[in-house]
Amino acid sequence: MRRQLPTSPWLFAAPGLLIAGAFVLYPFVSTLVNSFTDRRTLVPGGFVGLDNFRELLHDDMFWTGLRNSTLYILGVVPALVILPLLLALLVQKNIPGITFFRSAFYTPVVASIVVVGLIWVWLLDERGLVNSLLETVGIGRVGFLSDQWLLLLSAMAVTVWKGLGYYMIIYLAALANVPRELHEAAAVDGAGPVRRFLTVTVPAVRSTMVLVAALSSVAAFKVFSEVYLMAGPSGGPAGEDTTLVMLVQRTGTGLTGRVGYASALSVVVFAVTVALMLLVLRADRREET
Amino acid sequence: MSVLEKVRPARPAPAATRERRRVTDEHGRRVRIGELALRYLLLTAVLALTVGPFLWQLSTSLKGPTEDIYSSPPTFLPSHPTLHNYQRVADTIPVWDYALNSLKVATANVVTNCVGSALAGYALARLRYRGRRAATFAFVLAMLVPVEGIVIAQFTTMRELGLNNTLIGVVLPGSIGAMNVLLMRNAFRNLPYEIEEAAYVDGANVWQRFLRVALPSVKGTLAVVAIFAFMGAWDDFLWPLIVLSDPSRFTLTIGLNYLHGTFANDERLVAAGTVIAVAPLIALFACLQRYFFRGVGEGAVKG
Repeated sequence: MRRQLPTSPWLFAAPGLLIAGAFVLYPFVSTLVNSFTDRRTLVPGGFVGLDNFRELLHDDMFWTGLRNSTLYILGVVPALVILPLLLALLVQKNIPGITFFRSAFYTPVVASIVVVGLIWVWLLDERGLVNSLLETVGIGRVGFLSDQWLLLLSAMAVTVWKGLGYYMIIYLAALANVPRELHEAAAVDGAGPVRRFLTVTVPAVRSTMVLVAALSSVAAFKVFSEVYLMAGPSGGPAGEDTTLVMLVQRTGTGLTGRVGYASALSVVVFAVTVALMLLVLRADRREET
Repeated sequence: MSVLEKVRPARPAPAATRERRRVTDEHGRRVRIGELALRYLLLTAVLALTVGPFLWQLSTSLKGPTEDIYSSPPTFLPSHPTLHNYQRVADTIPVWDYALNSLKVATANVVTNCVGSALAGYALARLRYRGRRAATFAFVLAMLVPVEGIVIAQFTTMRELGLNNTLIGVVLPGSIGAMNVLLMRNAFRNLPYEIEEAAYVDGANVWQRFLRVALPSVKGTLAVVAIFAFMGAWDDFLWPLIVLSDPSRFTLTIGLNYLHGTFANDERLVAAGTVIAVAPLIALFACLQRYFFRGVGEGAVKG
């Protein structure tokens, strides 16, 4: 019987480990290290201790970014926890043509964020479809993309629109595991659809809701593309719509990029991301016990 | 089991009753007409909301230069449909070159992810050696690191390797996704050991067992990895935006952003560009959606 070569397990794992090591784990460590230096794109830079972090505290743009990224969570997460669940309930029942609807609802997930962003820029344009419709029904035109707050709200709506199908699939898998007997028992007790939804469906998919909350809040905090495309590279009027990752991209790239400072910003992004995960997971555990 | 199959009939619904065909749900129960009508009404409304914007974009891209695209009330169908705008996009930016770049990047990403994550997943699931736990841990860690937080360091790493502003540089960081490795690991772990043992007794070495026995059994998950890899690479925006600076090397997403920034005043052009970018993906998805939903369910349930 042939024996396997002693090196072969590592040969199997080597390419994956090499890529993960060189392009994820090493950059992760070097982000942490760089955050304590004044490194620039073309200049090596030296150790500056906590200077970058101190500077963050006095940087108005940082606070704007942190505010917008936080607002993004507050705006997007409740919608992405509830709406896809309702959508999943709608497409759950196996009626003729339902496979078509399920796939069609997934289209915005498939389309690239740039396409989605540009479609909505056009729809929400001062002269675009939404405004034409609003004018036709007599409401008048709204500057969705020129007002600081409406712009952020529009970007949130786009994020929700693009995410619906994705979370719908996750909920569909969860709903398939809800025992039908529970619904029947509740129906026998005289509970209507709304009542059954609240007393049977919601508790049964609660852990999935927590998962969706965790995934969507982490994603919302790191939002980049939607706002970048709708507000422009400089972040809308006076940069007021800049998010944290936009700030990382803006400060860290280019020939004059402040790699050290951008790394400090990235560390904040990490820290908040990890904190969000822990927070959501803790909330889950506490409610279970 | 797939998400779709789970919600599809568990036991076969009776095809026809004595009187006439009735619409039945997944449990073979009749659905009331009123409820059914309400469902289709809601489904159609959501359909309009999710697919409508794409159709509006398509319609805009087909409207000729003399048509008013800003009319109020809006006109949905172009009165003189023309493909002229697609020609103009190609004259304005090298859109077919960009599409080719995107295709190269996406294809490379599919190949590297399928090969790399199958190999590594097999090593994590089926082979015994010192350091296996550490290797698994490394992939878990890599999966948890948010890309948005390391792009700047990835960029400096690329510069050090002399690969920034190249398509190889675009592909490399995501070429073997840690998430895919773990997906493949789970798929391999769920295979019964017996089939490999039989091959082992017959004298098959590890490569033969991997290629001839294990790999063919995880085709479903491999298909999901492939689809995710293709869509991920075709759709990616932040990383190519950072690593590419030379317009001749742009991928389609970066090219579109450039088109939008430069020619924002002609929506017909931008619309045509987005249709070029999204049409192949929708076609791909329409063809593969069955495998896609099935595989996603597989990963979700077993993972």
